[in-house]
Amino acid sequence: MGGDPLFSNGVDLAVVLIVIVKVVVTFVFLLIATMLMVWFERKLIGDMQNRIGPNRAGPWGIMQTLADGIKLFFKEHFMPERAHSAVFVLAPFLSFVPAFLLFAIVPVTGNFADGGNGTVEIFGYTTYVQLADPPIGILFALAMSSVAVYGVMLAGWSSGSKYPLLGSVRASAQMCSYEAAMGLAVVGVVLVTGTLETTQMVLVQAGPGPFGWVPNWGIILTAVIPFVIFVIAGTAELNRPPFDLVEAEQELVGGFNTEYSSIRFALFFLAEFMNTITMSAIFVTLFLGGPAGPAPIGPAWVWGLVWFFLKLFVFLFMFVWFRATLPRFRYDQLMHLGWRVLIPLALGWLLLLATGHIASDQGWPLGIAIPIALVVMAAASGLIRVASRRALEARLAELEPGGVVL
Amino acid sequence: MGYLEGFGVTFKKLFEERVTDPYTIGKGPKAPKPERQHGRHVLNRYEDGTEKCIGCELCAGVCPARCIYVRGADNPPDAPVSPGERYGYVYEINYLRCIHCDLCVEACPTEAITETKLFEFSFTSRADAIYTKDELVVGDDGKPQHLPWEDWRDGEDVHTSAWMRATSPSGSAVFEGIVAWSGELGYGVRHPEQGQAHEDRHERAAMEEEHH
Ligand code: SF4
Ligand code: SF4
Repeated sequence: MGGDPLFSNGVDLAVVLIVIVKVVVTFVFLLIATMLMVWFERKLIGDMQNRIGPNRAGPWGIMQTLADGIKLFFKEHFMPERAHSAVFVLAPFLSFVPAFLLFAIVPVTGNFADGGNGTVEIFGYTTYVQLADPPIGILFALAMSSVAVYGVMLAGWSSGSKYPLLGSVRASAQMCSYEAAMGLAVVGVVLVTGTLETTQMVLVQAGPGPFGWVPNWGIILTAVIPFVIFVIAGTAELNRPPFDLVEAEQELVGGFNTEYSSIRFALFFLAEFMNTITMSAIFVTLFLGGPAGPAPIGPAWVWGLVWFFLKLFVFLFMFVWFRATLPRFRYDQLMHLGWRVLIPLALGWLLLLATGHIASDQGWPLGIAIPIALVVMAAASGLIRVASRRALEARLAELEPGGVVL
Repeated sequence: MGYLEGFGVTFKKLFEERVTDPYTIGKGPKAPKPERQHGRHVLNRYEDGTEKCIGCELCAGVCPARCIYVRGADNPPDAPVSPGERYGYVYEINYLRCIHCDLCVEACPTEAITETKLFEFSFTSRADAIYTKDELVVGDDGKPQHLPWEDWRDGEDVHTSAWMRATSPSGSAVFEGIVAWSGELGYGVRHPEQGQAHEDRHERAAMEEEHH
């Protein structure tokens, strides 16, 4: 394990240039992808509701986002009188910048087919096709998605207005709750692949899988459950429907960004969709083997791109489909799902995975180790149930008759 | 399938027919508006030129957006503005607030206020957005006035009166063919129209054919 091979022979001008080109390409790619994502979402959701969707600007309305962006750019900057001005101005960037940084650790393509090591050659330099490959890898993603919470929280708080404040309080509670489940799901993948670095993860997943034909993807290595948990928690982390309580229009006007207008609002809007793309990319990297896939003819990196975008598209479609189908959660349901379903499930599954891992390492018979783990889990979940029932009863006893019962 | 059934429903919609009527026919001309489109208002007048509005303020009372301001006044005996005792002395509608719900039209006892089909108007000042009686009242030919910032098209200023509402095909069939509206400036008492349920669609289809 040793980070990007680009830096292994010291840093000269060409290396610096390559890095700069990577930065620019990532930036431009993300902006364009976000633009298309906004359009795609509006179009698809229109289709799912028997509507037409945007169809005016450009062919199939594909320039709609650009038109909206230009419009927003020329709108009046509005700041409420009681807003905390410095924070108010800063908050959109706290949302926007992490959305960009998050994508830095995603391997976009590379030679992963037939035992390739995930690199490409540019001008005689060997490098990964990803902006950065820090040793902390996937932890960086978790960190950045946590920083994004600040953007939402500070935006609401600094607006000096009650609905945005409520929206941002919801956001911080929701994101903190789901981050735990998300982290635990990631630990599962880290456990089976044995690395934090995203490129290494993809390399492991590119290897031969069970029975020789099943892909060796994270989703299969961790037996689906962490994937499901990660998708649910990821959706909640993105504040996308059905977890969009942060901007529940019926209750909170526009949520945390109610007081924002013009280009500052556009930044929030962009960040939201950019996060959708980057989160999908993280899904792909962790669970679907990133750009790994067969490369029948031609250079492997082209196929890497093809596989990566195909897999990415699946998730983007999924997010829009969620939005078109699922009604919004109630707040107590949201908390219930997060704390009492997802986190225990993720913990239990992690225990199982770890048991299996250690058992095969030590040569213990799996037939005995797994049942023992299951018994321990059953006992633990029984204890948790008893404890939470006790707590509920104690709480109810405190309330007067006719008090709030959840 | 419980929870997952919904996903099937939304997915199936992808392949169904769209229900939206586009604003224009292809890239070509604008599609005809539905006969009873709700647009900007007019204040109607009787055949003799007197105004129908009696200043009762019912429209202002019913308006959910609170965008109508009316003040009535006693008719001057020598030159009455309306046939009644009182008339609308001040009449203003704020189009920055109006949601074109037509409740004011329903409320009006004298068919004084109705809506035209015009919705293509925009202004650059708040003052222009507040239409006063001078702008709302129909001209001497019985047609709505054309203001500089309004985009009227041929034929759009013809069917704008209470007649339009009263002969609604969605109304009770018992009244079909019976005149239940008053006469108006420039047209007199209009005859009842025949059912026009699908006329909009036919007109549209014809235009589409012409265009291709
Ligand atoms: S159409 Fe509705 S909103 Fe507009 S003036 Fe009449 S009652 Fe008010
Ligand atoms: S328009 Fe009709 S409802 Fe409104 S004040 Fe005049 S008569 Fe009354």
